[in-house]
Amino acid sequence: MGLKLQNVDKLLGREIHLKDINLEFESGSRNVLLGHTLAGKTSLLRIMAGIDRPTHGKILIAGQDVTGVSVRKRSVAMVYQQFINYPSLNVYKNIASPLKIAGVKKSEIDRRVHETAEILHIEDLLDRMPAELSGGQQQRISIARALIKNADLLLMDEPLVNLDYKLREELRIELQEIFERREAIVVYTTTEPAEALMLGGNIVVIDEGRILQTGPTSDVYHNPTTTKAAEVFSDPPINYLAGSVQGAKAHLGKGIQFPLIDHMQGLPPGQYTFGVRSNHLFINRTSTEDTELRGKVALAEINGSETFIHVQYDNSRLVVQKDGVHPHRIGSEISIFVSPCCFFVYDADRKLVASPSRASIANWLK
Amino acid sequence: MARIELKELAHSYFTHPKDESDYALKRIHNEWEDGGAYALLGPSGCGKTTLLNVISGLLTPSKGSVFYDGTDVTGLPPEKRNIAQVFQFPVLYDTMSVFNNLAFPLRNRGISESEVKKRVLEVAEILDLTPFLQKRAAGLAADAKQKISLGRGLVRSDVAAILFDEPLTVIDPHLKWHLRRKLKEVHDQLKLTLIYVTHDQVEALTFADQVMVMYEGELVQIGTPQELFENPTHKFVGYFIGSPGMNFLACTLDGNTARVDGAGIVLDDEMAALGQKAQGKLELGIRPMHLEVHGKPVDGGVPVKVKAAEDQGSFKIITLSLAGHTLRARLPEGHTVPQNEAWLRFPTRWTKLFADGRLVST
Repeated sequence: MGLKLQNVDKLLGREIHLKDINLEFESGSRNVLLGHTLAGKTSLLRIMAGIDRPTHGKILIAGQDVTGVSVRKRSVAMVYQQFINYPSLNVYKNIASPLKIAGVKKSEIDRRVHETAEILHIEDLLDRMPAELSGGQQQRISIARALIKNADLLLMDEPLVNLDYKLREELRIELQEIFERREAIVVYTTTEPAEALMLGGNIVVIDEGRILQTGPTSDVYHNPTTTKAAEVFSDPPINYLAGSVQGAKAHLGKGIQFPLIDHMQGLPPGQYTFGVRSNHLFINRTSTEDTELRGKVALAEINGSETFIHVQYDNSRLVVQKDGVHPHRIGSEISIFVSPCCFFVYDADRKLVASPSRASIANWLK
Repeated sequence: MARIELKELAHSYFTHPKDESDYALKRIHNEWEDGGAYALLGPSGCGKTTLLNVISGLLTPSKGSVFYDGTDVTGLPPEKRNIAQVFQFPVLYDTMSVFNNLAFPLRNRGISESEVKKRVLEVAEILDLTPFLQKRAAGLAADAKQKISLGRGLVRSDVAAILFDEPLTVIDPHLKWHLRRKLKEVHDQLKLTLIYVTHDQVEALTFADQVMVMYEGELVQIGTPQELFENPTHKFVGYFIGSPGMNFLACTLDGNTARVDGAGIVLDDEMAALGQKAQGKLELGIRPMHLEVHGKPVDGGVPVKVKAAEDQGSFKIITLSLAGHTLRARLPEGHTVPQNEAWLRFPTRWTKLFADGRLVST
């Protein structure tokens, strides 16, 4: 049962919500839709589900045109950001509801409710009412209700975004195990690059209603074909430095230059944008080839196990990611080191012309 | 600005609390220095809002007292305590201009118009609000509105402390760093007592010089962000700070070696000696980034099974199994994930021993 979207547009008056969407999802595949808030992720899921009709274009399921077919007649389950449950039904009845509507036998419902509740570790809560439960438990019920249908299409719209980060950590791991055992097409939306990478599978990077890039998640992460795709797929933000190539050297303004090594060999002369992710900037020199940039600390953000050091450098802001928790005073001077082997190179049209080789990065990090 | 002392505080929402579990605040005895940047960090339901309400005066504690600069204020209502508060959602007069919003708390106190103007302009400058002063508050973005809420606290020269309750909830993720920076700058410039309440470790650790971690109605550890990360003295702190949290393994002690179901892990001598004297259930704790993962047998390496690996881009999190216990290790980029089997080394510096959930100590 494959799902295909052909030339899909969604317009609301003059506003473009989605434009030129062409996608194909295979049965049993895991897919991530990655994009900032308001990129069009939810609009796209609603069209896939059949809740909304596209303005133009077709939706095909197993080769059949289902564009106008109502969501009720499709085999689809969806989990939302908000914890949506029936407030007047206990947990058991909430989970059982899709099967009850479908007229499934009572003994069969009972078996499947217990089976699903066990997967989500909510067996002990079956008699409780949703309002008595924590946010994490409520979202587990919504997920259970989606899973119990065994639908062909399982849509998850930022299901963890409203949970606190410790619950998010736990559920994220559990969800991966759950998806692995399913034959459904899973489509999962997120704004977070790390979440996308953890889920793996295939990715659709979307921005302002248009698809920027598709492919295996890890390939796209390591080869974002436009500066915009790299921005969407980097957190903390990717760092860009304007520069030029003359002869066998790249120049980054302020008299900084480095040789065109590895993947950058043979770049024709011209103006380029050099991109480097924050985890490839260091505050200690790692090799003699490193380029040094001097700046001032704008903020040290502490993200649990890492410190993101925001640095004011030559009218732009760079972010350096460092393992562990480290204090840095705002305004203090700091040196940043970068190895040329880590640069993504984008041309004047902001299209990727060279991406770093993972092997040389690994080699350099050793 | 004021030094705040909390003396033997406890609070229960029950009229006749029976046992400890009926208390939302169990025992809080603590001093907050004048001009400090503090964060109160804990999960939902840990009692942090109750404590905040006790400090601001919205709630009178069942037991104990609150002192501001040595004066007992336990019975005083919020308006007599000179506390300013910034909430999750901006609280403003939408129809008033930014200037009038900022001036409101001062005019309310009958301060002269020339003084009002001076203070408002000063605070607007600090918060980058000067260009918006004549605009109506209603049309502004969420981050500007939150800055106005903060500004209404800052304009008052008599304010004892400013309390923040998850103030960045409504701010777009990519603008948060900017406001975090602004809050730190305000603190550096004005040396106010700031108390920031949140369940989000990023907010707490980025903002505060001293973070108080709260769990089940108690302050379980107070320290700098680095101390909490590197040297958690309570199991909950190890779990709650860091992502993923600290690994814990039940163990027994054999000299300076911790035994985990047959596997031996050598501890720091001093840590082991403290463990020998400690009472209660012993557990070894180590952070995922401090575990050394090897693909081949190494000296002192403990054999483990590799269960799963997740690529997070800049590092990998691998799930390991040691005699049935699950461990998580963080592998830097560029390191290959061992297949099936691996050997773990526990650097003594980072391997901690906990007894009944608390770091062993003298």
